[in-house]
Amino acid sequence: MPLLEGEGVTKHFGGLAAVSHVDFQVDQGEIVGLIGPNGAGKTTLFNLISGALVPKAGAISFRGEKINGLKPHRICRMGLARTFQSVKVFPNMPVFENVLLGSLFGTSNRQSTADAAAYAGETLEFVGLSEIRARPARDLTLANQKRVEVASALATKPELLLLDELMAGLNATEVAQAMELVARIHDRGITIFMIEHVMKAIMNVCDRIMVLHHGEKIAEGTPQEITTSKTVIEVYLGE
Amino acid sequence: MNSITLGLKKWWVPGLLIVILLLLAGLPRFAPMYTVILATSILMYVILTQSWVLFSAPTGYFSLATAAFFGVGIYTAAVLGFTLPLPVVVIIAALISSCLAFVVGALTLRLRGIYFIIFTLGLVELIKNVVLWHAIKFAGARGRFVVLVPNNTIYYVMLAILVALLLTTFLIRRSRYGLALQSIGENEEAAAHTGVNVTMVKVITFAISASFMGAAGAIIATRWTYIDPYIAFKSLYSFMPALMAIFGGMGQFYGPILGSVVFAYLEEVLITKFPYHYMLLFGAILLIVILYLPDGLVGLVQKARKTVLQRGEHAIT
Repeated sequence: MPLLEGEGVTKHFGGLAAVSHVDFQVDQGEIVGLIGPNGAGKTTLFNLISGALVPKAGAISFRGEKINGLKPHRICRMGLARTFQSVKVFPNMPVFENVLLGSLFGTSNRQSTADAAAYAGETLEFVGLSEIRARPARDLTLANQKRVEVASALATKPELLLLDELMAGLNATEVAQAMELVARIHDRGITIFMIEHVMKAIMNVCDRIMVLHHGEKIAEGTPQEITTSKTVIEVYLGE
Repeated sequence: MNSITLGLKKWWVPGLLIVILLLLAGLPRFAPMYTVILATSILMYVILTQSWVLFSAPTGYFSLATAAFFGVGIYTAAVLGFTLPLPVVVIIAALISSCLAFVVGALTLRLRGIYFIIFTLGLVELIKNVVLWHAIKFAGARGRFVVLVPNNTIYYVMLAILVALLLTTFLIRRSRYGLALQSIGENEEAAAHTGVNVTMVKVITFAISASFMGAAGAIIATRWTYIDPYIAFKSLYSFMPALMAIFGGMGQFYGPILGSVVFAYLEEVLITKFPYHYMLLFGAILLIVILYLPDGLVGLVQKARKTVLQRGEHAIT
């Protein structure tokens, strides 16, 4: 049984089919990439999976349980966490409280405040933000705000993590650090499904890649197969 | 030295609050009746403002439904006041108001920004007109009489409601629930995706805040002796708490309390001294505050403290 599975997932915005009849699956332990031109429906697909949007047709299941129609907090507590393309941190809260929210509210079993605080501390250590834990999140660099987002997602103890353009807007050094972070998250046994435009990153870390175009899945395969696929080169990668 | 000043900083606000509450508890013993009545009105405004702040400040949902919950409390006292003992009436008023808020909140807290504000204001009008229709159609009279209660009793009940409200606020702020509330105001979508049940947190807090508004309405109604829908559901009671909170400054815990005390006292003084021009003066003062004190009275206090501290440092060096 795949960890995450979608069948015929469809979402319209007005007359436009943002995502249409997309089938996908992510297996336990994989790192799966999702690529495609701007407006291809990648973020919409993530919004459908995380419960921010409800699909018009099709079914999404996580660990065999149907999750479309569930509220985002329920999906999060089941073990499916996400980050956002446009960083969504809690700007006026200290970094630590940003992460604490995840460990207090997002885990499947309710933890005591002390346990939640301890786990938030560990998670901050893991992403390397311990030293700035008392700073308000708004004062951080973009790269560090993205780390805060990843940390609050990790604090919910997810099985599957959706990363929406973790590397967008980062410089070369920061991209390398982010790639290293993704690898370390994966080493902890967390399955990753990521949207990315930075090709170097996606080709290096992903086991499998899906390509969306105009809301439809046009290709799927190993990085090797994707880089040599004729359709993908035409619509996305370029000659 | 540093830790001592930090400790003092942490304790002086609650400490001062306890001293003030003790003084207030003794007020009817040494003050004339007029002062007690004035203090009751001020306490009422502090309750309305603080309960408004409890929900609207952290979440950023600007509610103008205060008058609806307050009015429901007033009507509860009018209908049940002659048959049930006073504490029971106040508690029932709190329960009815919070139930109403629960239902309304569950239906409307998905609306954001201006839509929520307009809906809450509409709610006041809706309830007012339903009550009016019922009164004329079935009771045959627009208004109702309310049971009489001694002024000192009204004062003490009002004070008890305020203490309960302050305790509730304090407990919510300190708990994980307070953190969830704040996260909703900062970024509701992110909060939901971090596992916060945003709908439930919002609806429950809205209901808690409404219960105090209803309780305050039930007890103040006994002082008015006669009420009708126009008195009970005056939209002024929706705007006042928001204005008082802004006037005081929402950056600090004591801001809305300070704002409502000064504002309510000012209203009383202006009404008695300038009965014909008080609205004009009131408006002018409000304009000045909004224009020149964007952080409210709290901003003024902090500015003053900074100047004093700086002078002190200069004197030492």
